[in-house]
This record gives sequence, structure tokens and C-alpha cells, in this order.
Amino acid sequence: MTRKERRLLVLGASMTALGLATALVLLAFRDNLVFFYSPTELVEMQVPEGRRVRIGGLVEERSVERRGDTVVFRVTDTATTTPVTYIGILPDLFREGQGVVIEGALQQDGTFRAASVLAKHDESYMPREVADALKKQGYWQPGERK
Amino acid sequence: MNLHFLANPTRFQRWAGAILPWVATLAALTLGLGLWLGLFVAPPDYQQGDTVRIMFVHVPSAWMGLFVYTGMASASAVALIWKHPLADVAAKASAPIGACFTFLALVTGSLWGKPMWGAWWVWDARLTSMLVLLFLYLGYMALWDAVEDPARAGKAAAILCLVGAVDIPVIKFSVDWWNTLHQPASVVRLGGPTIHASILVPLLTMIVGFTLYYLTVLIVRMRAELAARRVQALRQARVASRESTLAPEAG
Repeated sequence: MTRKERRLLVLGASMTALGLATALVLLAFRDNLVFFYSPTELVEMQVPEGRRVRIGGLVEERSVERRGDTVVFRVTDTATTTPVTYIGILPDLFREGQGVVIEGALQQDGTFRAASVLAKHDESYMPREVADALKKQGYWQPGERK
Repeated sequence: MNLHFLANPTRFQRWAGAILPWVATLAALTLGLGLWLGLFVAPPDYQQGDTVRIMFVHVPSAWMGLFVYTGMASASAVALIWKHPLADVAAKASAPIGACFTFLALVTGSLWGKPMWGAWWVWDARLTSMLVLLFLYLGYMALWDAVEDPARAGKAAAILCLVGAVDIPVIKFSVDWWNTLHQPASVVRLGGPTIHASILVPLLTMIVGFTLYYLTVLIVRMRAELAARRVQALRQARVASRESTLAPEAG
């Protein structure tokens, strides 16, 4: 074996070991690397009242209600729905059917009290006319946002 | 012709000098075209409006941040295994350019995030791993400067660069592996791009422009680095020859 081959072997082995170690670390910290939980996960994990968490999902259709300063709406992952109350300024992209990430805590009455609301943008980009045409022809898929 | 042909620094100097004006002109033309397409021809997005235009700088910058680092990691591996003199120079010359691209991606992303998400910054997996990449670039550059002897500095920096390379797949797949606020991939994904052609074409033009710009600056920086090393070598040779002529008298 030449010195070059030996160096290649050592480097290859170290990179494999390093990659493996990183993968294991990331796997171990998986729960902490998640930016938000879905409403279903929120129920499954039995998060105690008052603990600060982030939940993400779609704003349910016809669920947004404004009561004075307070905005009340429901967030859904289509399986579970969480009622949310929020006082503050909503981002431009916030509307029914839009994906949102909400930071806050569960209250005693089972509602989620939001401290901040972030709009989640999806990966589709298109001009308005194309979006309208797609909607008109019924090509808009159920999972996609309107 | 293979890569060995270019691995000779003298031949590289001659060859690089010849193609530099062409690459630079092409970069300027493509960037000009891309900006014109992006700012004036591309339609506003159906939900983001004109804010979508930030993407024409943000996405190419982010891609170049990853691309330049991948190139540096490959060059570092070549430098460590085959000891090609130019691989070292290419990696060192790339680092500040890649750092600038990464910085630009973070800043433009932040400017887009405030109106769209409602936050300048969030600690989700994509944004955090991209910030780690910026620190890797800065650490790599600092290491080159911290060690006096270029041979030892190069070796240490190359190892750091290769260790940091694990961040690249983490950045790319962070949006698929974990829930992130950052949207998933739109261009390089199974099932094709989810960007309408009228927005995709300016974006791809900008990506080509950014790549050509990188090549231009890389060639300039590599030539400067080679010249600096040559000056260093000549100076050392002169000091050495003076010492050898002085030595008999002193002894």
C-alpha cells in the first residue's frame, strides 16, 4: 500500500465515523430539533398546562373570529384540532387555510394561549393568474394552501 | 487533458489569465440579465407579492454557500491525500467568497422573514445549521491566519473543513427531516420544481450568474495567493543565500 492509498483510507474511515457519529447525535436529539409539534402530537405528549411549546398546522376554514383585541381560531392537522386565542398583530400571510406556527401554552380550559403567531410559507411560487386558474379548474390539491 | 494538467501552478497561471476576461464578462452579462428578469419581468407571487423578488438573491446565495463549501471540502481532501499544490490554494481562496454568500443568504432571509413569517429570526433547524456554516467559514479563515507555517496551517484548516462538511447534508435535508418554519425545497426535489416557470427562469439565471461570479473571483484570488506565495518563497531564498554568503565570513 502506498502512502497515498493509506491517507485515502484513513480519511475515508474518519469521514465515515464522523458521519455516523453526527447521525447518531442528531437522532438522539431528534425531539429537540423539531421546531413545532402538530395538534395531534400535542395531545399525545400530554404537555402540561402552562409549559411553553410551539404547535404548527393549518388555520381551519371559517374558524377565525375577532373579539375586540383577541383573535380566536382553530389550528388543525386534519386529524386533531386545537382552539387558539391570541392578542397581537398577525403576519401578512395569516388567513384561513394558511399554515401557521404558534408559540404559547395550553390553558386549563383546553385552549392554546398564543404568545406569538408565525405564518409558514409553503414551497409553491406562482403568479396570481396561475393560482386563480388552478383554483378555477379545481386542480388545487386538498393539502395545499389557498 | 485531465485535472493533473491544471495542477501545475505555472500552467494554471497562464490558463487562468487567458480565460479570466471571458468568465468575468459572462458573469456580468448573466447577472445583469438575471436582475432584469427578476426585478422587471417576473410577475409578483400570488401570496407574497413583490417580496418574492428577495428570493432571486437569497436562493442563489444560499446555494453558493453550500456549493463553495462542498468545493472546499473536496479540495481539502485532495490536498490531504494527493498533496496537490493547487488544491490547498483553491480551498483557501474560496473561503471568504463562501462566507460572503452565506452571510448574504442569512441577511436576505431575515429581511424576507419579517414581513412573511412575522419574525426576523427563528431557531429552526434550517436557519441554525446555516448559521453554523457561516461560523465554519469564519473558523476556517481564522485557522489559516492563526498558524504561521503555511504547510501546517493548510493541513489543520483542511481537517477542519472536512469535519465541518457534515453540516452540508444537514442543511440540505433539515427541512425534510424535522419540522421547520423554513419551507421545504422548491427546485431540487422529487417530482420536479414547485415554482412557476415565470419565476423559475429568472431564479436559475441568477444561480448561473452567481456561479460565474464565484469562478471569476476564485480565479483572481487564486492568482493573488499564488503570487503571494511566490514572493514569500523568493524572499526566503534571498535571505537564505545572503546568510550562506555571510556565513563563512562570520565563521
